[in-house]
Amino acid sequence: MRADEMTVAPSLFPLRIHELRWQAGGRAVLDGLSLELGGEGITILLGPNGAGKSVLLRTLCGLLEADSGEIEWGEWGAGARPEFGVAMVFQQPKMLRDSVLGNVELALRPQRVPAAERRQRARAVLERVGLAHRADDGARGLSGGERQRLALARAWVTRPRLLLLDEPTASLDPSSVEAIERIVREIRTEGTRILMTTHNLGQATRLADDVVFMDAGRVCEHAPVQRFFARPASQAARLYIQGELPWRMAF
Amino acid sequence: MNGLTQAFADAFALLAGFDQRVAGIVLLSLRVSGLAVLFGMLFGLPLGACLGVGRFPGRTALVVILNGCMGLPSVVVGVVVYLALSRSGPLGELGLLYSPTAMVVAQSLLVVPLMAAIARQVVEDAWREYEEELTAMRFGWFDSVRVLLHDCRHSLLVAVLAGLGRAMSEVGAVMIVGGNIDRSTRTMTTAIALETSKGDLPLAIALGLVLLSVILLLNGLAHGLRQWALRRYA
Repeated sequence: MRADEMTVAPSLFPLRIHELRWQAGGRAVLDGLSLELGGEGITILLGPNGAGKSVLLRTLCGLLEADSGEIEWGEWGAGARPEFGVAMVFQQPKMLRDSVLGNVELALRPQRVPAAERRQRARAVLERVGLAHRADDGARGLSGGERQRLALARAWVTRPRLLLLDEPTASLDPSSVEAIERIVREIRTEGTRILMTTHNLGQATRLADDVVFMDAGRVCEHAPVQRFFARPASQAARLYIQGELPWRMAF
Repeated sequence: MNGLTQAFADAFALLAGFDQRVAGIVLLSLRVSGLAVLFGMLFGLPLGACLGVGRFPGRTALVVILNGCMGLPSVVVGVVVYLALSRSGPLGELGLLYSPTAMVVAQSLLVVPLMAAIARQVVEDAWREYEEELTAMRFGWFDSVRVLLHDCRHSLLVAVLAGLGRAMSEVGAVMIVGGNIDRSTRTMTTAIALETSKGDLPLAIALGLVLLSVILLLNGLAHGLRQWALRRYA
């Protein structure tokens, strides 16, 4: 059995994060952050710059090691880290000097998927993100919006159980944003749990099932999306939604 | 017609007439340098890529040593290989001294560190760019090296060209370990040095022209390939 076939079990959820701490340059970027996520839906991480949103995603992806605290991945239990099943899309994804198709196929190599199946799955996912007609073009020649769709395809093709999206629509035009949101919804429909950061409150209301509001490395509030925007429980969240300047500058 | 003009005329006559002696020297040079560069590609590029991606104790020292080896004096390498292959040396029983194989060994020792050092820099820069993406995709260390070697293939042409340039222009080491024996271990550079000292300028000029042409041709091909790759992969 290959690694990608094993990702359905054991389950990664519920994902429990206990007292996570991570420091950089003497500043606590994650300051005792705790959070629990169930196995379905789209959770949007909101919060001012420097709140620790991207660091949290990177920690969950295994790119950063927390100084202390614990991440408990469902049936994997505390201390264990699933090798596959978690994918991440960055704000500025990097593409290899290869074709669009080659960049998607690349993501399946660590799971030792046979070449023929890699190609077939990559073509299928490119079709779904609307890039099939550019499969043989150089990936670095794509526009910003196309590049982000390619990054989503690269993550989607691995059939992740948890998809981490770090501001995937930052600096994209409205039609590209709409395309990305459509793809994110489709990925969710297939049962992938999505955790996404954004500063776009409209996008949060369109996409989110629930919202996690972070500030200063902590979770201030975790609530269903309608309740969060209608009746934010914390003063920090209320000010953020109203578009007030940060009450505490990050520098 | 003055002496220099006559020498050039005679050199072109040698080339136009496909002189067997010139052809033999050129072919031997290409064979020896080509093999040295092949070893550089097989060992130097992966070694450099491993150092570019890997993080382990002693890595910095290795990088410094490797960079230092880029300027390794060829005569020193020649002497070391000579001592190793001479009858009383540790590899004397192989009987390789004054053979093309000895020349390949000497040139490889010059070329492999050079190509590895350039590859290390190229791949390390690429690793900085891709580290998060590849790690997020769960690429291990070895697979990352493979991906980056492939991704940097066009930039690594610079390393190959540098290795080829060093091997083909090298005189000291091949002179010491090859002995510059006519029709056996005489390469273009050693022949040019010898014939110039003897005053046989036409042969030296003819070989010099071939040497320059080969290097220019390969650089032209590499440039064309890079341009194509830039257009293809942006």
